[in-house]
Amino acid sequence: MRILVRIILFSSISLTVFIVNANNRTAMLTDTCVACHGENGNSLGPAIPSLGGMSRNYLLGAMLAFKYEESDQLNAAIESDQDLEDVEAFTRNSTIMARIAKGYTDDEIKIIADHFSAQELFVGQQEVSLTKAKSGKKLHEKYCANCHEEGGTSSEGDTGVLAGQWRPYFLWTMTDYLEGSREMPKKMKVKLEKMMKVSGIESLDLLANYYVSVIP
Amino acid sequence: MHNLRRRHFLKTGGASLLACAAAISTPNIVLGAVRKVVVVGGGAGGTIAAKYIKKSDSSIEVTLIESNKTYNTCFMSNEVIGGNREIKTLNHGYDGLKKRGVNVVHSTASAIDIEKNTVLTTSGDRFEYDRLVVSPGISIKMGDIDGYDSAAAQVMPHAWKAGAQTSLLRKQLLAMDDGGLVILAPPANPFRCPPGPYERVCQIAHYLKHNKPKSKILVIDAKDKFSKQELFMQGWEARYKGMIDWVPGTETGGGVTSVDSAGMVVSTDFDDFSADVANIIPPQQAGDIARLAGLSDRTGWCPVHLGTFESKIHKGIYVIGDASLANAMPKSAYAANSQAKVCATAVIASLNETEMPEPSYVNTCYSLVAPDYGISIAAVYRLSEDQSEIKSVSGGLTASNASPDTLRREVQYAYSWYDNIVADMFS
Repeated sequence: MRILVRIILFSSISLTVFIVNANNRTAMLTDTCVACHGENGNSLGPAIPSLGGMSRNYLLGAMLAFKYEESDQLNAAIESDQDLEDVEAFTRNSTIMARIAKGYTDDEIKIIADHFSAQELFVGQQEVSLTKAKSGKKLHEKYCANCHEEGGTSSEGDTGVLAGQWRPYFLWTMTDYLEGSREMPKKMKVKLEKMMKVSGIESLDLLANYYVSVIP
Repeated sequence: MHNLRRRHFLKTGGASLLACAAAISTPNIVLGAVRKVVVVGGGAGGTIAAKYIKKSDSSIEVTLIESNKTYNTCFMSNEVIGGNREIKTLNHGYDGLKKRGVNVVHSTASAIDIEKNTVLTTSGDRFEYDRLVVSPGISIKMGDIDGYDSAAAQVMPHAWKAGAQTSLLRKQLLAMDDGGLVILAPPANPFRCPPGPYERVCQIAHYLKHNKPKSKILVIDAKDKFSKQELFMQGWEARYKGMIDWVPGTETGGGVTSVDSAGMVVSTDFDDFSADVANIIPPQQAGDIARLAGLSDRTGWCPVHLGTFESKIHKGIYVIGDASLANAMPKSAYAANSQAKVCATAVIASLNETEMPEPSYVNTCYSLVAPDYGISIAAVYRLSEDQSEIKSVSGGLTASNASPDTLRREVQYAYSWYDNIVADMFS
């Protein structure tokens, strides 16, 4: 939790002084993330994902998956900690995060997840094909919208916020799901496989255009 | 053990809230004289220290003294040398920091009066401070390599400070005939950006491969091992086979010992080599102002308390970034960024007499082997219990069997890394 204290001094000039608690463990931990993930977890392009707007459980699941890598270790960690009982974690592929996440205790990961889940998602500008976005919208409604509510802007049910995320990151994530280097919920697997069968690999590009076009 | 360490550094959240409240009720904050922090050097460390101190406590007057109105990042400058990036994309100004209330002064800090807590500038101004942060980066040691002085650097650029030197090296590569020999001479440890010379080899090789394919690169190294070595050599083999000859220090008795810039000759103790383009990267030391102020020891770098970056030599003065002796942390932009945040927290804790939380440090560093081939190193560090070491607790390199897809992703992540760290510094 970020503690912001505001004092107003009444003197000849009205002066507002902000003191963010420098004694704050949260800032010490999360400030090291923002040089890559952007201020308040809102990353600049082209690829590092934004963290703002994600739910606490989603961020916990992601960091713990990076940290523990193997599903039995990941599940053991979640089962052994009551704070984590609502976290549904799936193993996931990464380039660098598995190397970084191991440097933090589970309690520190909770602090980090609390912080970034309290930030609002800011959306950077990306090019979009409106024609593709229109087709993508239909795919979204047919295959994704049940869980990824409100055009993929919602984190309800601890799903990932898809709207506004960087396009390369979205496409790589989908590739990882399809190649099996990232686990997904059973329901998603059924839907994704069906979409692939009916609409083919191009559907990912259409979805990407749709999610880029939605402003949370 | 971990719990012990945590207890040592921090109380519970509730206690820190109390500490905060106590700080606010301390009269000197509300009514007393304005506390002043001066930051010398507006690079990867100084910008962050200034910004985060101001952000944490806006009642502190923060002055940043930096010579250049436009800063050129060293990071990504190898892409300019290889021709994949315009130098203007490395240029950044200080308006963002000014908007945050940092008093930015474009002048060169020429001396620090330790007795009077004052920084003097070449323009004759004096800046008093309650706490001073010194983040001057490196100074190139001219004369360590015989014949290499600032005049020689105009012929054989070091390009180890981005800007005119970067453009000069790029221009020389453009002017070189196909079939030419580029000599690159990396220094012994420690120096700024340990993987930098080897990323540069990749970037130059990429340019030559596509434009002057008969050319060769000879790397005359002062040392026998280097950062990300296995990954770089794998990249050289995969993409630039037969173009690069790396000679370790033991084979030459320690690398380049002298140069003749007029004759374009680069010499070791045993051999002389004629170069068409020579990129000499000499040994380095802490930036001039840090050494002038007596903040460095006989190594030429500045010893600091690792939990705060306060100088071990002068109290109330903090040294961060390349100039500091930061134990396991490399001299990199991300390390400087991370150190600056620890330092900013320590400065605030010291001025407000609040408790310092356990410091946390990170380094993340990408190198671009080719436009679709990136590699990285990362580490998370903790302070040892006796505060004598910054220890890496996790991290490592890109896997040596990483897929082409992973290597492609690392390039795009490197570009995001750049934009985000620059935004952290300048906006």
